[in-house]
Amino acid sequence: MEYAIIFLPLIGSLIGYLGGSITKYFSEITTSFFVSLSAILSIFVFLRGIQNDIYGNYLVFEWISSGKFTANWSINIDPLSSVMLVVVTFVSALVHIYSIGYMSHDPHKPRFMSYLSLFTFSMLVLVVSDNFLQLFFGWEGVGLCSYLLIGFWFKKETANNAAIKAFIVNRIGDFGLAIAIFLIFFFFGTINFEDAFEATSLYAEKKLVFLGLELKLINLICIFLFIGAMGKSAQFLLHTWLPDAMEGPTPVSALIHAATMVTAGVFLVVRCSPMFEYSEIALNFVTVIGLITAIFAASVALVQNDIKKIVAYSTCSQLGYMFFAAGVGAYHVAMFHLFTHAFFKALLFLGAGSVIHAFNDEQDIRNMGGIRKKLPYTYIFMLIGTLALTGFPLLSGFYSKDAIIEFAYLKNSPLGNYAATIGILTAFLTSIYSWRLFFKVFHGTYNNKIISIKETHESPLIMLIPLLFLSIGAIFSGYFFKSIFIGDHSVDFWKTSIFFLSEIKSDVIPLWFLLITPILVVISVPISFYLYVSNPKLIEDFKNTNLPLYEFLLNKWYIDELYDKIFVRPAKKIGSFFWKKGDVGIIDKFGPDGISKLIKIISNKTGRLQTGFIYDYAFVMLLGLSVLLTYLILK
Amino acid sequence: MNFPILSTLIFLPLISSFFIFLSKDKTNNYSSIYISLFSSIATFLLSLFLWYSLDVKTSEFQFVEEKSWINNFIKFKLGIDGISILFIVLTTFITPICIVSCINSIKTRVKEFLIAILILETFMIGVFCSLDLVIFYLFFEAGLIPMFLIIGVWGGPRRVYSAFKFFLFTLLGSVLMLVAIIMIYWLTGTTDITQIYEITIPKEYQNILWLAFLSSFAVKMPMWPVHTWLPDAHVEAPTAGSVILAAILLKMAGYGFLRFSIPMFPIASEFFTPLIFTLSIIAIIYTSLVALMQDDMKKLIAYSSVAHMGYVTLGIFTLTKQGIEGSIYQMISHGLISAALFLCVGVVYDRLHSRMISAYGGLVNYLPKYSFLFLVFALAALGLPGTSGFLGEFLVLTGTFQKSYLAAMLATFGVILGAAYMLWMTKRVIFGTVNNSDIKNLKDINKSEILMLATLAFFVIFFGFYPLPLMETFNVSVNSLIDNYQIALNGN
Repeated sequence: MEYAIIFLPLIGSLIGYLGGSITKYFSEITTSFFVSLSAILSIFVFLRGIQNDIYGNYLVFEWISSGKFTANWSINIDPLSSVMLVVVTFVSALVHIYSIGYMSHDPHKPRFMSYLSLFTFSMLVLVVSDNFLQLFFGWEGVGLCSYLLIGFWFKKETANNAAIKAFIVNRIGDFGLAIAIFLIFFFFGTINFEDAFEATSLYAEKKLVFLGLELKLINLICIFLFIGAMGKSAQFLLHTWLPDAMEGPTPVSALIHAATMVTAGVFLVVRCSPMFEYSEIALNFVTVIGLITAIFAASVALVQNDIKKIVAYSTCSQLGYMFFAAGVGAYHVAMFHLFTHAFFKALLFLGAGSVIHAFNDEQDIRNMGGIRKKLPYTYIFMLIGTLALTGFPLLSGFYSKDAIIEFAYLKNSPLGNYAATIGILTAFLTSIYSWRLFFKVFHGTYNNKIISIKETHESPLIMLIPLLFLSIGAIFSGYFFKSIFIGDHSVDFWKTSIFFLSEIKSDVIPLWFLLITPILVVISVPISFYLYVSNPKLIEDFKNTNLPLYEFLLNKWYIDELYDKIFVRPAKKIGSFFWKKGDVGIIDKFGPDGISKLIKIISNKTGRLQTGFIYDYAFVMLLGLSVLLTYLILK
Repeated sequence: MNFPILSTLIFLPLISSFFIFLSKDKTNNYSSIYISLFSSIATFLLSLFLWYSLDVKTSEFQFVEEKSWINNFIKFKLGIDGISILFIVLTTFITPICIVSCINSIKTRVKEFLIAILILETFMIGVFCSLDLVIFYLFFEAGLIPMFLIIGVWGGPRRVYSAFKFFLFTLLGSVLMLVAIIMIYWLTGTTDITQIYEITIPKEYQNILWLAFLSSFAVKMPMWPVHTWLPDAHVEAPTAGSVILAAILLKMAGYGFLRFSIPMFPIASEFFTPLIFTLSIIAIIYTSLVALMQDDMKKLIAYSSVAHMGYVTLGIFTLTKQGIEGSIYQMISHGLISAALFLCVGVVYDRLHSRMISAYGGLVNYLPKYSFLFLVFALAALGLPGTSGFLGEFLVLTGTFQKSYLAAMLATFGVILGAAYMLWMTKRVIFGTVNNSDIKNLKDINKSEILMLATLAFFVIFFGFYPLPLMETFNVSVNSLIDNYQIALNGN
């Protein structure tokens, strides 16, 4: 059964691609069917794990063996991977079904469905890995599928560029991950998780000289691991690819760039908790980067106008939350937020897709508004998604996000308090931008000039059903799974898959602190309504008086421009320089071309000596003879 | 075993080239194509049999043949071990593919072209079988001649310049190697390398001899800064020529390091490791950046080959298990991937007669099958896990990391650049909108092209997931190579 979970999507992908031309809906139905089957089995495995405690490591076959460098293809089911299995296959199945409707007019559906299934397979390979190499395979495999799907509309120049950007920025992250793997192999002599984690405590104090600096081995490993996670999870400095990735079709954004792939970084940190626990510095680094990302992305999301980009920045920001949860040592809470986030963020993306669909591919929220009556179901689903994302009491986001802030507070360190404060502030910003999006799309006046309000239409049933399932998840996943993920049963559930060096603190949290976030979240609803619906002039005035700030946020802190100036252009310039000056100008000029030119010159000169006139030769002979004679006489 | 199986393998292509020479094709060249295809497939099957019957549990040379040639001074000695067999199989595997590619790309003097290819095959197999320095040298250099002709006769407009550049560079190195071989004979009294392995060459001579061998191998590899002949040679060479050049000729130098430089001059190898590391790192970063800016597809792939060969030299001179195994794996894998990429360029060149990236764009609209395969090979070339390109690179980097953090970091950085130039080219050639109206009239790949490319794609992916057949073949040989090296170092 474990094999089936992993390989069904792959089989679906192959059959769907090859059989695309058999009948009209062949590939849609096969891929959706196979992934749904895999989802059902995953849920079964997950529940079986909770109830009967059945986990295991299943070998597929031996992959590589070079000295001590050995790795297997394996399926490792433990509590952590079983959670990921559910998230990945469940969201994936719904996205597959949704795509049948969403992509119905696209001529390349078989290819699209096949890529989606292939992605699901890669992601599953990633999460069930029992060694770093297979993880790396999945890691780059999902990157590949992300590349293929972002660039799915291959005629769009922007889509192609976004695809390449995503791949290359991810490669920068992969660079960190690769270095971490080299370090682990070099010092621990293994790349298996279990053996490496066991060895960690022995090397906790080991120091090494790395590029001239004396550092602790474990810090170095963890920081490089985290650089890998930063690339995949679009954390600050390596986040630039994620907003651009919205060039891909919306179901892709929901599956890859919200629910699953981007959370792989969080998964990695949690998976490697036995290492991170020994590295105070790396954990602090994770916290800081997580915090910066959370607030940075939320601030940018406030002013964006593209519906998908707002949700994308929101994803970025929520991933920041997960990381700072992990950074303060609350790995299980990070996983819990990952779990709930998958539901409501996929819901928001698919809902946004439904809106875009209704407007015939319009994505600018300034050109929307007032369509709640035309899209009643989408309206309700988006409402649920927004409530869950903002952490409205009793919905899923409430349980997981507040838990993160509480754990940061319980950490009782300067950084922990700081994290809690930023966390609360970001929660407030999150609700503002979420409601801004919601009100601008569904309330206010209708602003689209291209199509009239009558032409907008509700999405077909096949797109709404997945939304329904996700809404159920967005409402209830927090309440029902709280106790096993982070509550009383959490220790029984996670077992050894998450490692805590010291006992988690469970002091009583003051009531005022518990109430801050929910209150802020609740009052932000009328505030946003006032700002964006009742009295939009106010915010317009504010914008005009603070234009530099607005521009700064609108242009995403100018990070893309900065990268272009300091990395992209110099790389091209240096490349041209090496080619034109290095290869052609120096090596060839003084190498083969120079030699052949020299030979030509010499042979021309020597050639000229042969004049053909007898008196020239006689003169030279005479000259030689006299020199020889002089020499002999003088001797 | 008394049957001279290695000699048969070596001379089979040569003999069949003689039959092609006798064949009388005037209008079409089918009989010469069939003869050459038949003989090259027979050679391939024979090499597979050889691989099958090779005992991989020992590092001894097997199927050894020994004949006195010139007064017991030079022996015609052949033999193979777990390392060389893979290069032989690679050679015999690539040759039939090249012959198939001729059907579409060579229009003039087909007969002579096929003869050149088969003679080249003989020499290449000879290189990987030789156990005598002089024999090795003869095969190694003789390979220059057919290659020189392939570029010079069937090449593009600047073929004469390229052919001479190729010849000048390689000959320069070879002369020094010849002097070194004579010197080795003078020092040890033999050119039989199994005997030389037993003798320790005096320390004071090792460095100079090592450098002489390097001068030849560095050019063939090619290492920075003697790499500039390669892009020119590739650009002008016909498709089959490029394929053989990239897939096999470049591997002879890597093989040379493993078979000669390291076992014969271990102390010098240790001494010069920093030099090799530096040159390799420069090759990886420098040529990757240069590749980024190319507007000619073949040049881009040629530069990427230089970068990939940088990983090979890096890996070999780590003298670690992972490094060397990674290098061998990288060589085999690059043999498949670069061959495929050059074939891919050849496919569109045959149709549109341009190698410029700007002439293409949006191919996926009209050539979907081709585009799919092109993408597979581009991804393999950038080292995507699940393709053979990944494992070689990753093992090399793992090995390098054990010797130098800095070198490993820089080389890993090259992997990012590799993704950049490959994907950027793919984008400009395959994706996007069609700018050149001629593309609309292009036909997707035909059966023979699918056969070639799909076979290569299969192996590229197969060996990405299941490398053990290759790794088990060279495992023991690599172990003994490292052990002998360590013993030699400790002895001093």
